Amino acid sequence: MTAPSARDAARLAGRRLLYAVPLLLTVTFAVFALAAASPFDPVRAYAGTAGLSADQETLDRLAENLGAGRPFAARWWEWLTAALSGDLGDSTVFRQPVAQVVAERMVWSALLCATAFAAAVLLGTALGVLAARRPGSLTDRAVTSAAYVLSAAPVFWIALLAVWLFALRLGVLPAGGLTDTGSETVDPADVARHLVLPAGVLAVSQLPWFVLYVRQGVTDALAEDPVRGARARGLTERTVLLGHALRSGLLPVLTLIGTRVPELITGALLVETVFSWPGIAAATVSAATSVDFQLLAALTASATVAVLLGNLLADLLTGLTDPRVSFRDL
Amino acid sequence: MTCDAPTALPTAPAWRPAGPARRSWRTLRVGSSAGVLAAVVVAVLVVPPLVQLDQQAVHLHLKLRPPGLDHPFGTDELGRDLLLRCVHGLRVSLFVGVSAALVAAVLGTAVGTLAATLGGWADRILMRAVDAVASVPHLLLGVFVVALWRPGVLPVLLSIAATHWLSTARIVRAEVLSLRSRPFVDAAISGGASRWRIAVRHLVPGVLPQAGLAAVLSVPHAMWHESALSFLGLGLPTHMASLGNLIEDARGSLLAGQWWPTLFPGLFLVIPTLAVAGLAGAWRERINPRRRSELTL
Repeated sequence: MTAPSARDAARLAGRRLLYAVPLLLTVTFAVFALAAASPFDPVRAYAGTAGLSADQETLDRLAENLGAGRPFAARWWEWLTAALSGDLGDSTVFRQPVAQVVAERMVWSALLCATAFAAAVLLGTALGVLAARRPGSLTDRAVTSAAYVLSAAPVFWIALLAVWLFALRLGVLPAGGLTDTGSETVDPADVARHLVLPAGVLAVSQLPWFVLYVRQGVTDALAEDPVRGARARGLTERTVLLGHALRSGLLPVLTLIGTRVPELITGALLVETVFSWPGIAAATVSAATSVDFQLLAALTASATVAVLLGNLLADLLTGLTDPRVSFRDL
Repeated sequence: MTCDAPTALPTAPAWRPAGPARRSWRTLRVGSSAGVLAAVVVAVLVVPPLVQLDQQAVHLHLKLRPPGLDHPFGTDELGRDLLLRCVHGLRVSLFVGVSAALVAAVLGTAVGTLAATLGGWADRILMRAVDAVASVPHLLLGVFVVALWRPGVLPVLLSIAATHWLSTARIVRAEVLSLRSRPFVDAAISGGASRWRIAVRHLVPGVLPQAGLAAVLSVPHAMWHESALSFLGLGLPTHMASLGNLIEDARGSLLAGQWWPTLFPGLFLVIPTLAVAGLAGAWRERINPRRRSELTL
């Protein structure tokens, strides 16, 4: 057993990269295969309402220009080679290059997700420790039950109820958007005010898992020898709980942080829609409702990349923080 | 000087309360979960055929009435009774959820059994396929499929089934691998049974309880998935209003300050989910009493 070194970590990242390449190829290929198998017609989608009145000759010409008649594998290869040079095609909904749509909106999604995630981790740790202090107590029951109820509640429903309570009933927070309507500039304070509700709802939807895992980890750690030893040495309960039990109880949570990316993306998809947050997830919904294939393909691929990065992050964090785990085992 | 025990220990020991207190808590949990699920089944199966009320009946003069004696859940923006709409919506959601979970369970069992019995390259390819599907967020995949096929019952159902078979496949594969090394399988092989016969007669029946539990547990999530798609406007058509459609329909009245058309359909999703979780927890505690975490299977 050796101390984790940067070289081992880099080797792990490299191994994951090698594994990610065939996986991404498979996923994008499947996306094109699904599109080819579906009744979706790229020509009609491109022409839009004009396609209804256009004659057959125009449609045929359009099909030829778009390369719609060729087998999907050829179109996939073309898309892939273009994507590697940064050209992801054009979005029909936003009338912009896909790469530009993604780049512009990614910032706001990242802001929302990072804020929500940080809040969920901090609040989840606090509540989990509170519940684990006395398993079976009233506090524990209350926190655990609340976590179960929250994990059963659909996030869009929580979001709508939050809008009703905070924006309509109490009138303290804006109901949606990035800035006040009519404001021309993006003012940080304004954005922060608009961020509270969506980030709060997203955090609440991610909270139950953290609470339950921290509670479990700390409860288990409290029954272990190091804690018994610390108590025997006469350390204060506070030191035992926060210095010993929490430190080892947090380890499983670190792994969880990376593997929660799919749920975070799902949550963001729904939360951004409810709050009209101009992020990438809300763009997915508009892309889907008007079948913007280029944008959908790019978004599916980038979501897959995000999930893989999350998994890598989880393993790196585990390897770095847990001396019992070697990078070679991951 | 008597050595008195430290009276108020700041932490309770890590074991759970034993004896009557624990048993009554568990009985209460199982009882209430079973009661809720029974009520759901009765409401869904019996109410629509027996109660001859039209859920689509529009009474514009009764629109957006708050919950009261005539309409326990209030009425929506067209004056339709929300309790009736919720029961019908639950019926649709439950139908989609149960059928999707069934399709997913069959698919997962088939893939898991195939991977474990064939082994070698087939196993590797099948399990990498599982990893590939698992690395795309489920709802995104659902959105993609429904967008290409246009909203309807079948695309929604299949898109849910296509994303919920992964854990079943993994569980079934692990179970089959462990069953395969048991003596009765050796006995069947030496008896001259074909590979197919061993899989169908000896391995699949052995994994059915696990696969069944996984299927039951995926029903609430399938219902959630359906309502999320419907809420995004990519789910069921509005004439088959599910709970998700009801929540989506209610957005306009919510912004006008009426909370009840949003609150009640959501509760209809939350409460059965909790009941299933409660029963599943009790069941797992029964088959593995020493399992300490609610989070592992």
